[in-house]
Parts: sequence; structure tokens; C-alpha cells
Amino acid sequence: MELDPFMLARMQFAANISFHILFPTITIGLCWVLLYFRVRFTLSGNKAWEYAYFFWVKIFALSFALGVVSGITMSFQFGTNWPGFMERAGNIAGPLLGYEVLTAFFLEASFLGIMLFGKDRVSNRVHLIACGLVALGTSFSAFWILSLNSWMQTPTGYRLEDGVFFVDSWWDVIFNPSFPYRLAHMFNASLLTAAFLIMGVSAWRAIRQVDGPATWQVMRTGALMAAVLAPLQIWIGDLHGLNTLEHQPAKIAAMEGVWETEKGAPLTLFGFPDEAEKTTHFAIKVPKFASLILTHEWDGELKGLNEFENESPPVAPVFWAFRIMVGVGMLMLFIGWWAVWGLFRGREQDFRETRVWLLRALSLMTFSGWIAVLAGWYVTEIGRQPWIVYGVMRTSEVVADHPSGMVLGTLLGYLSLYAFLLVSYIGALRYLSTKPARSLSLLPHYVNEVGVDPVDGISADANNADPAEKGER
Amino acid sequence: MDLSYWLPLFFAGAMGFSLLIYVMLDGYDLGIGMLLPFAEDDEKDVMIASIGPFWDANETWIVLGVGILLIAFPQAHSIVLTSLYLPVTIMLMGLILRGVSFDFRVKAGDDRKAMWNRLFALGSLIASVCQGWMVGAYVTGLTGDTMSTLFATLISLTLPALYIMLGAAWLLIKTEGELFKKAVRWGRMAVLPMGIGLLLVSVATPIVSSAIAEKWFSLPNALGLLPIPLSTGIAYAGLLWIFNSKKILFNGYAWLAFVALAVICVMASIGLGYSLFPDIVIGRMDIWTAASATESLLFTFWGAIVALPAILGYTIFIYRIFRGKATHLSYE
Repeated sequence: MELDPFMLARMQFAANISFHILFPTITIGLCWVLLYFRVRFTLSGNKAWEYAYFFWVKIFALSFALGVVSGITMSFQFGTNWPGFMERAGNIAGPLLGYEVLTAFFLEASFLGIMLFGKDRVSNRVHLIACGLVALGTSFSAFWILSLNSWMQTPTGYRLEDGVFFVDSWWDVIFNPSFPYRLAHMFNASLLTAAFLIMGVSAWRAIRQVDGPATWQVMRTGALMAAVLAPLQIWIGDLHGLNTLEHQPAKIAAMEGVWETEKGAPLTLFGFPDEAEKTTHFAIKVPKFASLILTHEWDGELKGLNEFENESPPVAPVFWAFRIMVGVGMLMLFIGWWAVWGLFRGREQDFRETRVWLLRALSLMTFSGWIAVLAGWYVTEIGRQPWIVYGVMRTSEVVADHPSGMVLGTLLGYLSLYAFLLVSYIGALRYLSTKPARSLSLLPHYVNEVGVDPVDGISADANNADPAEKGER
Repeated sequence: MDLSYWLPLFFAGAMGFSLLIYVMLDGYDLGIGMLLPFAEDDEKDVMIASIGPFWDANETWIVLGVGILLIAFPQAHSIVLTSLYLPVTIMLMGLILRGVSFDFRVKAGDDRKAMWNRLFALGSLIASVCQGWMVGAYVTGLTGDTMSTLFATLISLTLPALYIMLGAAWLLIKTEGELFKKAVRWGRMAVLPMGIGLLLVSVATPIVSSAIAEKWFSLPNALGLLPIPLSTGIAYAGLLWIFNSKKILFNGYAWLAFVALAVICVMASIGLGYSLFPDIVIGRMDIWTAASATESLLFTFWGAIVALPAILGYTIFIYRIFRGKATHLSYE
């Protein structure tokens, strides 16, 4: 393979942003879930909610730290990898990123201190407010960065002078046509990711028999979230798709593998797109369905890739990523409903024996949100190529001309660092989840039944728990 | 009032301010990171506890500083970051290692704690050295010749010494007992290298750049600028005195060491700002050439004058909540 510096720069940026997005995806959703746990505890006084908070806030802190450090990398890489982008689109990208730093980064990073370590130092009310501000901060952050990303997909509100973008209307820049859909889709994706993460870890704890009452409460919370949000996500995704058809038809053509413009286009469920021969091998097709889904008419016309010579994205990755995203989404819907069905009937004490398959399925789905989110982003970002600002500026025009050896070296450096961190992250989650749940202490006779060491896991006295359980950082 | 003149000036000031705050705040937690290997295991926990609630927000100041460079001076942003590609990348890896070690050291199991402690120290060291290198390369105009390489090497050794001093001074505020005494010893060891480094940098800057020499040593400028080296000198003398006076250290005035260091940082950045102004890429581009379109700057300006005071406000609020000696951090 020839090492093209342009491809290397893209791969490096993709590696960084793919690694980065894993963690905000968790924290944006998980933060609201944590706030919910705190509110439930405050209202009910039920200790189980508080223990649920204590357990998940550690995972939140860890995810947040990974999100922050990989996010700092992003803020530098706009300049190191795509200097042309900032030189020419800086008038638009700059302020949007600036508002993200000013309204979101400081808010979340500052109040995180109180959220994590301030419980003894402030009143419950101030602590609740701090949690709320961190949740708001993470969501503001998503708002601004998605606004910028959406503007790159569907640019409006600008004028060009000598190849440089200037703003005509901030309103049109921020609320560009694809922004509301992308924001809703991503925000919902975060909540879904968090839902399956909390269910998956809880299920794993139940399988390992270290679960307490809080574990099941958390699992039920996740199940309700998933059951409601998964269908909602499919609906939002459909709207997002219609919006994309209107503004980025080439992306849709690649997603659906439509090579030639046709009326009543069939839906390709599966197949192997071949760009050289402009065909999809071994395609399994449902007649007219693509037209029906995208135009809501049996004989609606879909533009094919033939209409976008040199302006269409690579087909296979977009085609595949789209199917992975949709597949995982459907699986989430099915398992979410199954979980509600399984967890809200019958005796909780028996669930370990009676819900074995559900628990296994849930624990396998722990990181399903990550897969769907990454696949979805690959659809939308690879699908935007060859443009960096859709229809206006090509990615190849703005790349930095670093020697490819140097970019390859740093790329390998990043990749090994990220692999190491990902393994460590999942290892830490496993480690935290193997400890007996604190909420076991809420069951007075539980000790004798399972024989777990009361000092290690079940003691109500926080002082003699081990340091990691106490969560000092 | 001419906005196209004043707005770049405002953002240049805001950028300098953010980077100054960054050096003082993240400086102490990077310093503590570098000092970590020299402490006993239980002391390490206290040292980490002393920075636990703050480090995330501290690190955000560099994002703001680089963010302003990106927002307000995109032309300069791409020149600077393209030239500094390698040190920036290595620094980022250092910051990543350090930031995650913070959490992993207590969440990945006791048998891994020692490894994460080491990575925390290593990451802090790498980030500090690279930042010094970047400052040095930047001040000499990103030319990459022998002189500027030497200069960058010099600063990449000085900045960690400053950070270590800040870290030791922070420990004087946040700790007591044996660790406090250790912090005094660390401070005494680092104060001289830091002083020599700062002196050499001050001497070397005008030698490396004749434009800077011109600004400092022509009359009447030289007289008006006198307070800068003078107050730096006084603060440094004060620092030596504080670290060698049991009376000050052990009677609740040890926080003065941090104040003296803050004075040195403030003076150094005023001096640096004066040397560079009005260039943003030295000898190549001034702040007005590099600036974004005025309407874009104005849009960010309105956000900044509302948000910055709020940020400062809640930063102070949070430092107040966590004031006093550090105790073991607990999520509960």
C-alpha cells in the first residue's frame, strides 16, 4: 500500500476522533442518568439510589477523564492536520468552538470537582445543582460541536470571498438544515449507549453474583430507557435520512448502494458493493422499498451514484457502516423490550435463575452503543467525502504537508496508546464490577445466605471499605 | 472606536491571560506529577488528593488558550501548530497518559497502582518538557536553526523546574506533617535551577532576537520597563527567604511561596508579551494580519465577556469549597 500523506492525515484524525467519541457518548447520557439517581435518592431517601450513584459516578469520572484528554488532542489536531480548514473556514468554525469552550468545557470540568469529591463539603442541594451543571455542560458541548459538524455537512448562512468563508447570518450557521436532526440523533444515541452500558454491567454483576438491590434498580432504569429510546431513535434516524436525501443525495446513494438513478428503487438488504464494476454483488433486494422508505412513495425517484462523478464518497465503507448501525439499532429495540418484559414481572430474588438468557444478552450488549455510534459517524463522515465543507471545499485542499514518515510514526504512536487505554478502560470497568455491591448491605440477612465477607463488601461503614471502593482519586 | 483594531487586541490579551492562568494552575499539578516518584505510597495519595478536584478545570485553560489562537488568529494557529507538530503531538500523549493515570491508579486494581503512578509522573514530565520546547521554539520565531534549538532546549529544562516549584508551593498550602517537610526540601532543591534557568532565558532572549533586544535596551523604554525585572528579582529573593525561614514556613505563612511564584509568572508573561507584541508569529505576522473577520470576532467577544467572568467566579467558588489541607478524596 502506498502511504499517501493525505490518507495518513485522514486516518490519524479518524483514529483520534473515533477514540474520543467513545467517551463523550457515554458521559453525555450517563450524566443525566446520574442526576436521575441523585434526584430519586433525594426524593425517596432510598439508599439503593445513592449506592447506584456512588458506583456509576466512578465510571463516569473515568470516562470523563478519557474524554477530556482525547478532546484536548482534537483541539490541536484541527491545526496540525487540517491547517487549510481553519485558515479558510476559521471565521465560522472558530466562534462555534469558542462557544463550546466558554459555555461547556469550563462548566463541566469545574463542577465535576464538586460532583465527584464535594459531597461532604456542600449541601445536598448544591451537590444536586453541581450534578445538573455538569450534565448541562456536557450537553452544551454536544450542541456546539454538532452545530459545527452539521454546518460542514449542510453549510448555510455564509458567503465566500477569495475562498475564505464569512458569516452572513449566525442563526443560519448554527441552526443549519441538518443540525436539529443530528443533535437529536446523537443525544438520543448517548442516552441509549448509557442505557445499555448500565444494563450490561449490572447484568454482568448479576451473573457474577455480586449484585445487590441497587444493581436491579439500575438495570430496570436502563431497560425502560432502552425500550422508549430505541424506537424513538429509529424514528429520528428516518427523519435524519430524509434530511440527508434532500441535502446530500450522494451520501444516501452510497448508503443504499444505488448505482444508477431509478424510480421505484429496491432496498438492498445485503451485498458486496464493487466500485470498479459499479454494482453490488450477491445483493438481496426488496423491490421498491428504498424508494418507499426515502420518498414515502412506491415509485419515488432516487438519484444514483452515476450523477455524482468525482463527488461521491467511497461506497463500501458507507454501505457497510450503515447496515451495522441499523442492525445494532434493531437489536437494541428487541433487547430493550425483552428487558422490560423480563425485569418488571416476577420475583427479583429469582431473576438470577429465571432470566439467565436475558442477563447474558444484556451483558453482551454492554458496548453495543459504541458500535452503533461509531458506525453511524462513519456513515455520515465518510459519506461526506470528498468534501470537508459539503459541496464547497474539498478535504484534499486543506491538508497539511507533513512528511508521511512523521505522520505514520505519530499515527502508530496514537494507535498503540489508544489500544492500551481502551484495554485498561474495559479492564477497570471489569475490576470495579467484580466487587460485591454496596447495596447488599440493605439486605440484613443476605450475609449468611451468600457468605460474602461483610468487611470487604457489605459493611455499612464506608471507612473500612478498600481505597478503590471509597473512590479516592 | 475601530473594532478591527481593538478586537484582535482584546483576544491577544485574553489568550495571554488564559495561558498565564494555565501555567500557574496546571503548572502546580504537573509539578506534583513530577514529584510523585519521590514520595512514599501514602503520601502519593495525599498529593493526588490535593489536586483531585482541580486538575480537569486547570487543564481546560490550555484548551481556551489554544482555542483563542484558533478562533481569533486562525492564520497563526495553522503556522504555529504545523511547525510545532512533533512537540505538540508528544505533549498531547504526555497529557493523555497523565490525565487517565489519575483515574486508573485507583480504579484498575491495587496491583496496577504502581504502574499508573509511574505513568502519571512520566506523562507530567513529558508534557512539561514539551511545553517548554514549544515556548522556546515559538519565542525564537519557529525557525528551527541551531540557536533556536539551543534556546528551546534551555526552556524545556527551565519550565519543568518552574512547575516543580509551583507543585512544591502548592503542597505547602495543601499538606502538613512529613509531606510538608518534604515539599520544603523539594522546593529548596528546585529553586536554584529554576532561578538560573529564568536568568539564562532572560539573557538569551535578547541575544537570540535583535528585535527584542531593541525593545528592551533602548532609552527611555528601558527605564519604564525596570519594574518588571525588579519585581521578579524581589519575588525570587522572597522565595529564597521563605524556603529558608522556619518562622515563615511553620507559622502558617507558607502560602507566600505560591504568591511569590505567581508574581514571577505574571511578570514573566508581561515581559514576554511586551517582547512579542504586536507579532503573533514572530517576525512573520502581527495580530491584525492573523485575525479572523471582525464580525466573527465580535460574535465571540459577546460570549467571552459574559462567560469569562462567570468562569472566574465559579473557579474561585470551587477553590473556596475545597480550601484547607487536602484529605483523602472520597466520592461519598
